Amino acid sequence: MEGFLHQIVSGIATGSIYASISLALVMIFLATHQINFAQGEMAMFSTYIALTLIQAGVAYWAAFVITLVLSFIAGMVMQRTVLEPLARAPVLASVGAFLGLLLIFNNIAGWIFTYTLQPFPTPFGAGAPILGGLLSRHELGSTAVTLVVLTAVWAFFRYTKLGLALRGAAYNPVSSRLVGIPVANMLSLGWGLAAAIGAIAGMMVAPIVFLDPNMMGGVLLYAFAGALLGGITSPLGAVVGGVLMGVIENIAGAYIVGTELKLTTALVIIVVVLVVKPSGLFGKPLASRV
Amino acid sequence: MNQTNSRMLLIVFVLAAVIVPLVFASGYQLFQLTLVVSYALSVLGKNLVTGYGGQVSLGQGAFYAVGAYTAAILMEHFNVPYWATLPVAAVVTGIVGLALGLPALRLGGLYLALVTFAMAVSVPQLLKYKLFENWTGGVQGIVLLKPDAPFELPLDADQWLYLFTFAVGLALFIAATNLVRSRIGLALMAIRDQPLAAEAMGVELAHYKTITFGVGALITGVGGALGAISIGFVSPDSFSIALSLTLFVGMVIGGASSISGAIYGAIFIVFVPNIAEQISKAVPGAIFGLILILFMFFAPGGIASLITAQLRRLKAVR
Repeated sequence: MEGFLHQIVSGIATGSIYASISLALVMIFLATHQINFAQGEMAMFSTYIALTLIQAGVAYWAAFVITLVLSFIAGMVMQRTVLEPLARAPVLASVGAFLGLLLIFNNIAGWIFTYTLQPFPTPFGAGAPILGGLLSRHELGSTAVTLVVLTAVWAFFRYTKLGLALRGAAYNPVSSRLVGIPVANMLSLGWGLAAAIGAIAGMMVAPIVFLDPNMMGGVLLYAFAGALLGGITSPLGAVVGGVLMGVIENIAGAYIVGTELKLTTALVIIVVVLVVKPSGLFGKPLASRV
Repeated sequence: MNQTNSRMLLIVFVLAAVIVPLVFASGYQLFQLTLVVSYALSVLGKNLVTGYGGQVSLGQGAFYAVGAYTAAILMEHFNVPYWATLPVAAVVTGIVGLALGLPALRLGGLYLALVTFAMAVSVPQLLKYKLFENWTGGVQGIVLLKPDAPFELPLDADQWLYLFTFAVGLALFIAATNLVRSRIGLALMAIRDQPLAAEAMGVELAHYKTITFGVGALITGVGGALGAISIGFVSPDSFSIALSLTLFVGMVIGGASSISGAIYGAIFIVFVPNIAEQISKAVPGAIFGLILILFMFFAPGGIASLITAQLRRLKAVR
């Protein structure tokens, strides 16, 4: 029983990291109806930037903040230079651009930082597991950080004027433009936010899985599954779905299929969701006008 | 140029593509050309699904792996001759394609991209899984013997393999050309360009999309089987997501909505990494990514459309 409880609690801890990537994916999907296949590699690259800063002697939290700012700017620049011009092109063009970005980030990271696994520091200290041995300090700390981020994002969208403008731009670009919202800027802002959230997830997951250019492959797949499970049109759903995926991963790994089929588990969940309930737990069914 | 002339030209071109390498190319060059044919088939399968069918598939590497492993397992465990593995590989990958395409194609759009991406990512894990280890050889993979030329033909193994692969490839390319020109092909292009109008005219979207996805998987699977036979080795890590991405790059650069584009794309993905790798191991991937984005911006129709445009200009001048 103790073991089972441990699997659930630590599943929630990794799940909260998946949840932030799922949220970043859903934000971009809602704004542009595109799925960002490069989200994971962007987060991985941000984490390398953080590591470089820390190795250069910058304090952890200072490096954390600098990385966020840099990722935010990079996200905005990418939206402006690569994605914006392809906004009205067929689906294939945007998928191609995302895969291009994925390849570029992955290989440039391998080129600059090599493919060897590197340890990434945690700001929460090593020490013995806490809460009766259920959680490591890092798991508790990273869950807290993600919760703060998710709450902040929610509050931003719910209570600020900028958040409202962003939602408007995503929901109905034409009308938003008519009431004076700079829609293009809002989309860049959304991209910046998604990149920054991804960077946080990268820095939180790196101490657990170690840093290497392919670190985010599995994480991204679980985030996809989480976003679909929760409903690709629902930010709340993305968070719930992401956390659920963390728990499912641990339970399946410990009791059902073992860790060797981790990625296949995600594939099965994606297919099951698409067959049984394509709109996910919280999403709206997608309908198109005929 | 009238039609008979251009057909003659095509035949001359095909004959040259067979004979010139057989006479002049070294063993390694022949091996590379054999790989080109194998990749060209895989990209062709992708072109049918994505270029003609308008469905973005990112998991063609998974079908390539299924084809390759089907061939390898049949040769290793059942002593099936290499040529007889091809039809089996075709049937198996076709069925796998239908089974995986069905749920996602019903929804269309990005869902198929997601499912196939997930598929491509999880393939190496499945191939390594211990329950299948007796068949797949686990992490070690399976080593195959290179087939010799039959009927005491005066060809060495590399030459024979190139000839054999070329013949199979040619047959499938002709079949694909006919498919695209047939009723199914017309229905597909109608679906891609005007889904609403096509549906109103009585074209069953899901039906045609699923068939194409199955056929695309099948052709890719044959490509995979030929690849396994000519490399003489299959292992889980040669079928990672990188393979699917490489095939995607080949499709875009060759030209997704053309049959000949598959050949240009395959030539690109076989030869460009060799050149780029001399700079650094990571460079080919980064260059692929950059070229991918540049093509999306400046030549979304790929090399095939650039060539067609050139030909048209030449004709206009004349």
